[in-house]
Amino acid sequence: MGMEEIPVNLSRRGFMLSSAGVAAGAFVLGIGVPLGRARAEGTKLRGTNVPAFLEIRPDSTVRLQSPFVEGGQGTFTAMAQIVGEELDADPATFLVENAPPGDEYVVMDNGMRITGGSMSIRNGYSAMRRLGALARQMLLQAGSRHLGVPVRELTTQPGQVVHAASGRLIAYGELAHEVMNLPVPAPESVTLRKPGQFRWIGASVPRVDVHDKSTGKVVYTIDVSVEGMLHAAVQHAPRLGMDIQSVRNEDQVRLMKGVHSTHHLPGAFAVVAERWWHAKRAAEAAQIDWKEAGTDTGMRVMPADFSTEAFRKELADIRGPGQEAETRGNVRTALQNVHTVVEATYFSQYVNHAQLEPPSALARFNPDGTLDIWVPNQAPDMFRADMARRTGLSVEKISVHSQMLGGFFGRHFLYDTASPYPQAIMLAKATGRPVKLIWSREEEFLRDTLRPMAAVQFRGGLDKNGIPVVLEAVSVTEGPTEGLNNKRGDKLDESALEGLTGKAYDIPNRRIAQHYVKSPVMLGYWRSVGNSMNDFLYETFLDELADRGGQDPYGLRLYLLRDNRRLTTLLKAVGELSGGWKRGPFTAEDGSRRARGVAMASPFGSHAAAIAEVSIKNGRVRVHDIWEAIDPGQVVNPAIVEAQVNGAVALGLSQVLLEETVYEDGEPRARNYDGYPILTLDHMARVHVKIVESGEKMGGVGEPPLPAIPPAVANAVSTLTGRRIRSMPLSRHDFSS
Amino acid sequence: MQTASWTFLLGDGALMELTINGARHHIDVEPDTPLLWVLRDDLKMTGTKYGCGLAQCGACTVLVNGNAVRSCVMPVGEVGAAEITTIEAIEQDRIGKRVVAAWVRHQVPQCGYCQSGQVMAATSLLMRTAHPTDEDIRAAMVNLCRCGTYNAIRAAIHELADTTAGKGLDSD
Repeated sequence: MGMEEIPVNLSRRGFMLSSAGVAAGAFVLGIGVPLGRARAEGTKLRGTNVPAFLEIRPDSTVRLQSPFVEGGQGTFTAMAQIVGEELDADPATFLVENAPPGDEYVVMDNGMRITGGSMSIRNGYSAMRRLGALARQMLLQAGSRHLGVPVRELTTQPGQVVHAASGRLIAYGELAHEVMNLPVPAPESVTLRKPGQFRWIGASVPRVDVHDKSTGKVVYTIDVSVEGMLHAAVQHAPRLGMDIQSVRNEDQVRLMKGVHSTHHLPGAFAVVAERWWHAKRAAEAAQIDWKEAGTDTGMRVMPADFSTEAFRKELADIRGPGQEAETRGNVRTALQNVHTVVEATYFSQYVNHAQLEPPSALARFNPDGTLDIWVPNQAPDMFRADMARRTGLSVEKISVHSQMLGGFFGRHFLYDTASPYPQAIMLAKATGRPVKLIWSREEEFLRDTLRPMAAVQFRGGLDKNGIPVVLEAVSVTEGPTEGLNNKRGDKLDESALEGLTGKAYDIPNRRIAQHYVKSPVMLGYWRSVGNSMNDFLYETFLDELADRGGQDPYGLRLYLLRDNRRLTTLLKAVGELSGGWKRGPFTAEDGSRRARGVAMASPFGSHAAAIAEVSIKNGRVRVHDIWEAIDPGQVVNPAIVEAQVNGAVALGLSQVLLEETVYEDGEPRARNYDGYPILTLDHMARVHVKIVESGEKMGGVGEPPLPAIPPAVANAVSTLTGRRIRSMPLSRHDFSS
Repeated sequence: MQTASWTFLLGDGALMELTINGARHHIDVEPDTPLLWVLRDDLKMTGTKYGCGLAQCGACTVLVNGNAVRSCVMPVGEVGAAEITTIEAIEQDRIGKRVVAAWVRHQVPQCGYCQSGQVMAATSLLMRTAHPTDEDIRAAMVNLCRCGTYNAIRAAIHELADTTAGKGLDSD
């Protein structure tokens, strides 16, 4: 498929799916049934509008519209496995695409369509299985008509309808035309396969997109082009809220090579050109006087004197009870009776998403008044609703095209000032041409949303045996969700405290609370969200308590989980995986001094336990091995789970070793990877994975392996150096002595 | 490498001839334009990715006479008559094809955005060093991957190195 053909195909797909009944859509299952009404009558079950999701093609391949966006987490492959299992079609025969917006693709029970929170498989599992089963039933009915035999005499084998009595086989592709005229059966009329019969669910099926991704064939948003398209680049105001006062050299900028036009946008100066390189060069050449924000912007204005260092001190100095999120026993009275009280302040840092694909958006207004827009996103319907609000168009007139994402990590949620599509829409409108806007890496670092910073005041109490019996954590922070909403909600923001809350250790008196302080930076979700920092904070303080009480950290965790069979099994599993718990410090075969640390986390419905082995060379921490056991309840694809553990380990290591977003004078110090180093191959640890499939309710996979990694590493470093680690990244600490 | 191909200066632009994936292309562009943007915007070859523009991430890696080069900082005017290979033609290269096959066997990519550059860097490494050691791999494979596919990358290259130790990449 030539690159230049892609937009044509994309728009035709939108056309096919939104105007079923035309010749171009001849292979769309259920053709002639207008979308939105194809749903089996009398049912309100989600994900039953088979024709919206599936196309059986004459060559028996299966085209699936995925309700969940692929961004490396393997959801397309898992969807092919789940649907294929019930459809009786090999996942390898699937072509999976991101579905357009629309109610028919809302399959999650909460009525939303978001790819995030490690929810896709666990929340889409039932609906997608039922979808496959309904489609198989339609193929059986089509086969019945085709062969002139009753449905009950038919069965299927992968990709074929089988009439055993006569030995006749019909490939699914041969039924493509018949099956499309059939109504969707009632959902309760189909039965699902028994887990013991699964061929693909639970197997390490190869990913459906790996060859294309190894040969540059995947088209990300940044790669899309349409006929007559112009390119755009912007220079953002250095601080959010500021606007253009004047552009001193705008006349010269307009005369620069390739420049089509210049534009003053809210908080940004834009250049449109025939080539992006020209647009970028001209946007950067502009000498702009920025004016300070007014008082009524409604947005989060970045103060001119903001510095992360000062903010960190400010958070650390705040004392108070905070607003309670979780309590058990009575912390105040229990602390009066303990043998030892331990108090300490722990910190998390701001971090960037730093996904490799810079954000872009392509907007095209069509002659019929409709708008096509390509934008990286993890919630197409929310994006479309926002576009409708911004343009005044009805949602029916807006087609949102969701390409695969060049990195997920929570970057592409609906963030008010962190996506280029509002600018692309304005530029397309102003020029009357399709415009693709790419944010340079530097502009991306200026507008990316950040994982929150927190200072947590911990108090712990040990009994006379050195066992923790009291634990209090008051987090001085703002959660990402209240950050996004730019206001506090009626309830506490769970994403601020998850990982401090929900810990399974049997500590009889505990109190977890938040002291809300609004963050001057724009906050966002970052892979594993609140857990990405809170499990670090909790699990490193737990090691501090263990040390103060003279307890082995692994043994203490086993003790505190003694009545929790699932987590005891998991902790023992990671111990065995590592060859038996061995804390150190010890001397490794190469002569280096090493130590190990352990940590656990229970995010997004799953559980994880990790052990890290570290050494220090030239003052720099090296992580040699990570052993991680994960229990997501049930597993659809073990190989993908293992890959996700590897990826989460890498991001966890990157965070604990290297990453920190620093602001000075209201601006981020780093505007590219040179100032914001992330983990490289040379820093990557060996990773050993053990999947413990407990059979409990299915949990998430993409995020859960991350949060245990930073504390496991920090705890190992504390053991090795005898120094308490209470903040990240470790590159901030001096280990040279 | 410095063999000059013919250029005509046209104002501040120039008509240049580039050899990319064995085919000749004539382009009219200023010589200081990075090769990356000539590939992506002029020639519509979008398999080579923009990541940082500063030679920091390696997503834009192409081969210039077999050497891994970061096309985001390579002025097109300096390419001259050199042979450029991009990800679009990687499977037409004997070693590149084996790299891709190893990438598939080891299921290396996750989001995939950096993988064009990773595949090019691995191909260049194996062209120069048929049996790279782990140290060779650490030194050569410096492209960033935010999904953390590093262990799969290392395993895939090790497998190729071992394969070549037995049979030799040149044996087929």
